Amino acid sequence: MGRIVDVQGVGKIYGRSAALRGVTLTVDEGEVLALLGPNGSGKTTLLKILAGAIGPTVGRGTVLGGSLRDRREGVALLAAESYLYDDLTARENLSFAATMAGERLAAHQITAALDRVGLAGQAGTRVRSFSSGMRRRLSLARVALLRPRLLLLDEPYNSLDEEAVALVDDLIISVAARGGVMLATHDAEHARTIADTVVSLDRGVVVRREVLRAQHVG
Amino acid sequence: MRSTWAEQALAVARKDLLLEGRSRVNLNAMLFFAVMILLVFSFALGPDRTHLRAAAGGLLWLAFLFSGLLAFGRAYQLETENNAFEGLLLIARHRSAIYAGKVLAVVAVMLGLEIIIVPLMAVLYNLDIWTALPAAFAVAVLGTLGFAAIGALYGALTMSLRAREVMLPILLLPITVPVILGAVRATTIVLTGATGRLDLWLELLVAFDVIFLTAGVLTFEYAVGQ
Repeated sequence: MGRIVDVQGVGKIYGRSAALRGVTLTVDEGEVLALLGPNGSGKTTLLKILAGAIGPTVGRGTVLGGSLRDRREGVALLAAESYLYDDLTARENLSFAATMAGERLAAHQITAALDRVGLAGQAGTRVRSFSSGMRRRLSLARVALLRPRLLLLDEPYNSLDEEAVALVDDLIISVAARGGVMLATHDAEHARTIADTVVSLDRGVVVRREVLRAQHVG
Repeated sequence: MRSTWAEQALAVARKDLLLEGRSRVNLNAMLFFAVMILLVFSFALGPDRTHLRAAAGGLLWLAFLFSGLLAFGRAYQLETENNAFEGLLLIARHRSAIYAGKVLAVVAVMLGLEIIIVPLMAVLYNLDIWTALPAAFAVAVLGTLGFAAIGALYGALTMSLRAREVMLPILLLPITVPVILGAVRATTIVLTGATGRLDLWLELLVAFDVIFLTAGVLTFEYAVGQ
C-alpha cells in the first residue's frame, strides 16, 4: 500500500498569526481521512497547502511522491470557493477546465459529466443564475473530470441536498479506490460514516487522531 | 486524448473573449476612453491639419495605451470572481499557456478597438490615411503585441495587490517605453509620410515583441507561483 500524503511539522503563518502549527499526518492509498475542527482550526489552510495553492511556512513532506513545494498533478481540490466563471455556461466551465487540465473531451463526455451531477438540463445555462447547490454540484463535476489520485474536499456537503450528498460520497469512494481522499467538514456525524480516519484540529494543531476502520481498498 | 499547449492557450483566450463579449464592461469603457482622448486633443490642437497630422501617431498610441491599461486590469479582474484564478493555476497543465492566452485575448480586444479608432481619427482629424491602412495595421499588430506581452505579465503580478489599479501603470509604462516609442514613430511615418527609417522601427518592434513574449512565457509560472 502506497503513501499518498506524508507531511511532517507543517506550519503556516499569516502575518503574526499561525494558521497551522507543526501538523504531521499521513494518508495511505485507499484511505479516506476526515479533518474535523472549529472555524479557524486550520483545515482549509492544510488542504490548500496539500493542493499546492499556498506554500507552507515550515515543514516538509510529500504529496503523491512530490515535494510540498513542487507543482503537483493528480491532486484536485473542491474548495469553499467554486472556481467557476459566472458568465460561462455549465458546459463551457467544464470544457475549459478539462482542456486546461490537459484533457480533450468530446461534447458527449461533458454532457455525461453534467448528467452525473443532475445538471444536464442546465448545460447551456450561465452559472450566474445557478443556486449555491447547483454551483456546488457543478464544482463537483469539475473536480471529477480531473480524475485525481488525491481528492481534497473543503466542506463538501455545504448547500447540498441528500441526493447531492450521495454524489459526493460516491466520488469519495471512487477516488479512494485509486488513491486517497481528505475532507474537511463540520459534519462530524456524516464524516464518521465515510472516513477511515478522523483527525481533529484545533487552533492549527492536531489534537486527536482516530482510526475508525480498515481502508476501503487495499 | 491530451490537449496541447496551443489548445490550452486558445482556450484561455476564447474564455476571456467570451466573458468580455458577454459583459461588454471593458469594451465600452475602452472605446469611450479612446474616443475621449481623440476628441479632447482635436479640440486642443485646433483645425490645423498640419498640426493634427504631425501629432496623429502619438495621439493614436496615447489612446491605445490608456485603453490597453484597462484591458490588462480587466483580463485578471475576470479571474478574481469565485477565486477562479487559484482554481485555474491548480489545474493548468502548462501555466505558460494561461499567459499566452491572456496575451492573445488582450491583443484581440485591442485590435478590435484599433479598427474602430483609426478610421474615427481619420474622420475627426480630416486625414487622408486610407491608402496607408494596411501598413498602419501591421504597425498596430506589432506594437499591440509587444504592449500586451508585457502587460499580461504585469497584470498577473499586480492582480493580488490591494492598489493594483495604481501599481499596474506605474510598473508597466516605463517597461513599455521602447515599444511605444517604436510604434509611435512607425505609425507617424506610415500615416503622414514623415521622413524616417520605417524598417528600423519595425525591426525594433519585432525585437521587443520576441523579447517580451519569451520573457513572459518563461517567467509567468514563477511570477504567479509566488
